[in-house]
Amino acid sequence: MKLGRWLVAGALLLLGRRRPPPRLPAPERIVPPGPPRPRAELVVAALLLLAAVCAAGFPVTYAFENLGHQTQFLGLALGLAFAFLSAACIVAGSHLVVTEELEEDYPPPAHPSEQDALGRLFAESGDHFTRSRLLLGAAGAAGTALLLALITPVLSLGSLFRTGAFSDTPWRRGTRLVGEDGRALRADEIAEKTFYTAFPEGADREELGSPVVVVRLPPGDLRLPAGRRGWAPHGILAYSKICTHAGCAINLYRAPLYEPVEPRPALVCPCHYSTFDPAEGAKVIFGPAGRPLPQLPLMVDASGELRAAGNFSDAVGPSWWGVRGKAT
Amino acid sequence: MSVLAAALAFPVAAGRADVAEGQRLYSQDCASCHDVRGRAPALRGVGARAADFYLTTGYMPLGHPGEEPKRSRVRYDDRELRSLIDYIASLGPGPGIPQPQPERGNLAVGLRSFTQHCSGCHQVVGEGGYVPDSVAWPLKKASATQIAEAVRIGPYVMPHFTKRQISDRELDSVIRFVLDSRHPDNRGGWAIGNIGPVPEGLVSWLIAGSALVGVCLLIGKRNKA
Repeated sequence: MKLGRWLVAGALLLLGRRRPPPRLPAPERIVPPGPPRPRAELVVAALLLLAAVCAAGFPVTYAFENLGHQTQFLGLALGLAFAFLSAACIVAGSHLVVTEELEEDYPPPAHPSEQDALGRLFAESGDHFTRSRLLLGAAGAAGTALLLALITPVLSLGSLFRTGAFSDTPWRRGTRLVGEDGRALRADEIAEKTFYTAFPEGADREELGSPVVVVRLPPGDLRLPAGRRGWAPHGILAYSKICTHAGCAINLYRAPLYEPVEPRPALVCPCHYSTFDPAEGAKVIFGPAGRPLPQLPLMVDASGELRAAGNFSDAVGPSWWGVRGKAT
Repeated sequence: MSVLAAALAFPVAAGRADVAEGQRLYSQDCASCHDVRGRAPALRGVGARAADFYLTTGYMPLGHPGEEPKRSRVRYDDRELRSLIDYIASLGPGPGIPQPQPERGNLAVGLRSFTQHCSGCHQVVGEGGYVPDSVAWPLKKASATQIAEAVRIGPYVMPHFTKRQISDRELDSVIRFVLDSRHPDNRGGWAIGNIGPVPEGLVSWLIAGSALVGVCLLIGKRNKA
């Protein structure tokens, strides 16, 4: 059985063997003949083999899951493989591939009379236009109107005329302040030199007008703007947590441990370091914010819990046109 | 009986000697500011907690009052530290040195709490940052006890946090997160000091970029016009 297979194979080999093709005279070469470069060939082959070894190292490294610095070795294997591959290409390109530089002349310039004809063609095509000023005016009107139509959507970026919506917040007179844990904030729990985030009870916390930052200062240190008497019972102040510059959350409170020799208390926005003085109605003392943080008037109810005594002093959120104009 | 009495009396006597040594150090290095109203806070009642924090971090003594304290070389050996802390604690009743147990904490809770309360100034992995007119120091060298102390004290312009804001249990988690963030799991590869995208940019643009230009110069050929 095995022998039979060998015989078939031998017969196929004999029959299938072709006679060598007849030798033709070699056609004339286009590229001039050069000497063979066995050393360069050897270098290229060696570099390619090295690339192969490194590339093969990648799956091998991948297989060892517990290898320390595995990621680094993976990168090294792949990187070296690419480096050897490009080195092989460089050597082959510079030593094995024949290169030749040829120059080609620019075509001669076009005929001058042809250009003259083109100019006349253009001038004579305008024969039908007799009232060019009227047409130019109409085209200008169309262009201006179209431009206006294109820039109209800019108005949607901010409300220039109706800013009332920005003062619409969940805070009403009597709304309780609750902490992040949902418990009501008590006036006697609010310590100095630290800060609290509070929300209106039962309202959507994601709403821009919801979060306030609550701090306590010695009542004697307060220099609130006129008309805000009684807004800060026991020196407890509440300001909108939304920075009036770009709408980030105010979550830095500069609280000096020993005031005589340290920077004074300040609410700071972490985005662009707008700095507000809580003692002076959150007046901007540093940074890009254009107006103070809106203040929420507070009151303490009979059971000692903090409640809002009304809405914010100003529109909440970043400033623009109409809102900035209302700055106090 | 007398042996027991002696054994009991000895630490007391040693303690008193230490306090005396602490008093000597206090009048030598601290009193010039802390005993003067308006130059530095009085230390009566600050307790061992504040003394331990400021002395073991090298925040104190300061060069001059009003300077922002920063982590520096601790000027005292262990015995001097202990006696100075004991002396300051003896000035009036105050909080003792906290004993946090970060191993009890939960890393996920710590990350959330740190992000909420600390990262505004200290940045997400405690690399430190800026506040107008002061610096939020990196937390890379702070010990668990020092972090627990700082959170409750609020040194310099840092706010302090009450137990309602960060409970002791949550504080353990915060500390665990801070300690853990020092040894990140660099799954992505070469971390280059874990200082963020800057070294990566330097490597890719300066080193790799100039290497590529060098290779181009090496293999290219200048055309003679």
